[in-house]
Amino acid sequence: MKSHCPLPHTEGESLLLGHGAGGRLTGRLLDSLVLPALGAVPNGPLEDAALLPGDYELVLSTDPFVVSPLFFPGGDIGSLAVHGTVNDLAMRGALPLALSLAVIAEEGLPFGELRAVLQSAGKAARDASVPVLTGDTKVVERGAADRLFLTTTGVGRRIPGLTPSAGRARPQDVVLLSGPIGLHGTAVLSTREGLGFEAAIASDSCPLHRLVEALGPCGPAVHTLRDPTRGGLAAALNEIASASSVGVEVDEAAIPVPAPVAGACDLLGLDPLIVANEGCLVAFVAPEHADEALAALRSLPEGSDAVRIGRATEDPAARVVMRTLMGAGRVVDMPLGEQLPRIC
Amino acid sequence: MKYLDEYRDPALARHLLDDLARTATRPWRIMEVCGGQTHTLVRQGIDELLPAGIRMIHGPGCPVCVTPLETLDRAMAVAARPQVVLASFGDMLRVPGTDTELLTLRARGADVRVVYTPMDAVRIARARPDREVVFLAVGFETTAPANAMAVLHAARLGLRNFSMLVSHVLVPPAMTALLDDQDCEVQAFLAAGHVCAVMGWREYEPITARYRVPVVVTGFEPLDLLEGILMAVRQLEEGRHEVQNQYARAVHRLGNAEAQNAVSRVFRVTDRAWRGIGTLPASGLELADAYAEFDATRRFALAATRSTEDPECIAGAILTGARSPTDCTAYGNRCTPLTPLGAPMVSAEGTCAAFFAAGRTREPS
Repeated sequence: MKSHCPLPHTEGESLLLGHGAGGRLTGRLLDSLVLPALGAVPNGPLEDAALLPGDYELVLSTDPFVVSPLFFPGGDIGSLAVHGTVNDLAMRGALPLALSLAVIAEEGLPFGELRAVLQSAGKAARDASVPVLTGDTKVVERGAADRLFLTTTGVGRRIPGLTPSAGRARPQDVVLLSGPIGLHGTAVLSTREGLGFEAAIASDSCPLHRLVEALGPCGPAVHTLRDPTRGGLAAALNEIASASSVGVEVDEAAIPVPAPVAGACDLLGLDPLIVANEGCLVAFVAPEHADEALAALRSLPEGSDAVRIGRATEDPAARVVMRTLMGAGRVVDMPLGEQLPRIC
Repeated sequence: MKYLDEYRDPALARHLLDDLARTATRPWRIMEVCGGQTHTLVRQGIDELLPAGIRMIHGPGCPVCVTPLETLDRAMAVAARPQVVLASFGDMLRVPGTDTELLTLRARGADVRVVYTPMDAVRIARARPDREVVFLAVGFETTAPANAMAVLHAARLGLRNFSMLVSHVLVPPAMTALLDDQDCEVQAFLAAGHVCAVMGWREYEPITARYRVPVVVTGFEPLDLLEGILMAVRQLEEGRHEVQNQYARAVHRLGNAEAQNAVSRVFRVTDRAWRGIGTLPASGLELADAYAEFDATRRFALAATRSTEDPECIAGAILTGARSPTDCTAYGNRCTPLTPLGAPMVSAEGTCAAFFAAGRTREPS
């Protein structure tokens, strides 16, 4: 038998879907193109939201939403657009003060769908006690967009005492997870592809700022908060490890994966660790405050399933290692760019 | 979760590992043929928990990895044509061809779609009579019945705009080719449970008799694999060489007759080139004459391509288990899932990708 194999492919000259998937390709795009073009410093800690220069109480975040389909079990693009930005603000320890909402709609979109989406966004904003103060609407010709894209921008004010940052995790920190993983990605995928899991799985999309508010009494002991959206828990833990130069050890048996999600992932060959979530957060908390933080998360319905999944370690290589069910150690790498486009 | 959790029980796993340690009195080398099994072994770190001396050799059973470069180049030539929809399983999109890969072609405007079953491709063909829909039909005996059913369905519907680029491969000829190789170190096989669910295990009886190697039909969950390894080691220790069935909950000796019938109606056995390994006689499937109208190669008069492989990639040696990914000078630096030199770095079932995803690094030499 002969041993040979294929030519290297050249670096592409145009964007791939994976560049927007929140994994390695996204990181490369940010570092090599986006940040230099905007005059920002590459390789710095990338946060979910930014502190406004000169005023470290105010936090700013923006996020475009392109999820397909527009409606899915557990939510729709309207509620998702509100939750997404409220949550990005919350991951910096902030409560939302105001949102803007920009609409890009495709010619031919039925008024009924636009109304349903915007009413849902309005309800989500009221439920989160945040006003939508400004916005804009553009309509593009048929084919120039897929039905409806929304962009929300949010301003928030930090809860006194909370200063979480992706770069503040420390060795020995306890890693908490506020709820089960994998629901949002599998719910959207199943609806879009007609895979038949829709009945059993609903998106976890929900606002997380009240959980963060509950962590307020722990103050600066809350080192890092992250909502594991695109790229899932694997991406969130790797981003924190790398921004904080710590290792992370998690226990596979402790990570809650709902049975229908596990079944769907098995069938589709997906790893629940890289499936997107929209209603849970990971918290890195100083060990002496871990029990208090866990109790705080569990005191609210959206955190009732909160668990301790691992801890941060001394590791200059910033590896995320999972103790598998079988008891072996496995490195959990940054996902490449998941195979599930347009999940949020 | 029912039917999953009971095959992932850590206490039972410990028990099987202890059993294995008591049973094995000397080193043994066992090949798991199937990429799905490689994925579980590496993902759960099972190969590192085995008693010292029991070595798993990762076999050629990753369909994405063994699909020949020529087939990929042809798929890309078809996809680049106007009015063509190329439908494929997701993994195939990132496999490097001679010049580029399907994902990049799609970004340039080709209509390349990921489907979860070949029936989705038939549905697209039905919905778009103005397009030629081509399904890239790859895989082992496991995917062949569904692909055969898709052809039968398209024929029943009288679809004239549906065709397949077929590159199916068969497991037993690959096993005998490995065993015929003088350098072969494999002393026992774990046969792929899903392949046997379709084909049964009769095909392996001549192999165990002729080559005097144990073959254990094995499932894909951690406990399946541990039990399959234990059964193989017991046979080796006792000097037996027979076909045993660990995966009795899914596999019968005769397999699934209906699935086999569909395959033999639509396809016929042919010689097949395996990427990185070479051409093996009677090791693949192609469309039978009665269904030749669904052959994309004929429909588009696809000429042979000038396909060239990367000289540094040792995928062939990895697919045959002769080398490990961490033996490769390109592993982890020039060759990563982001910039794969060879197919085993692409699919989750590819040995190189499984190693990379589990963070395995090259041993300092």
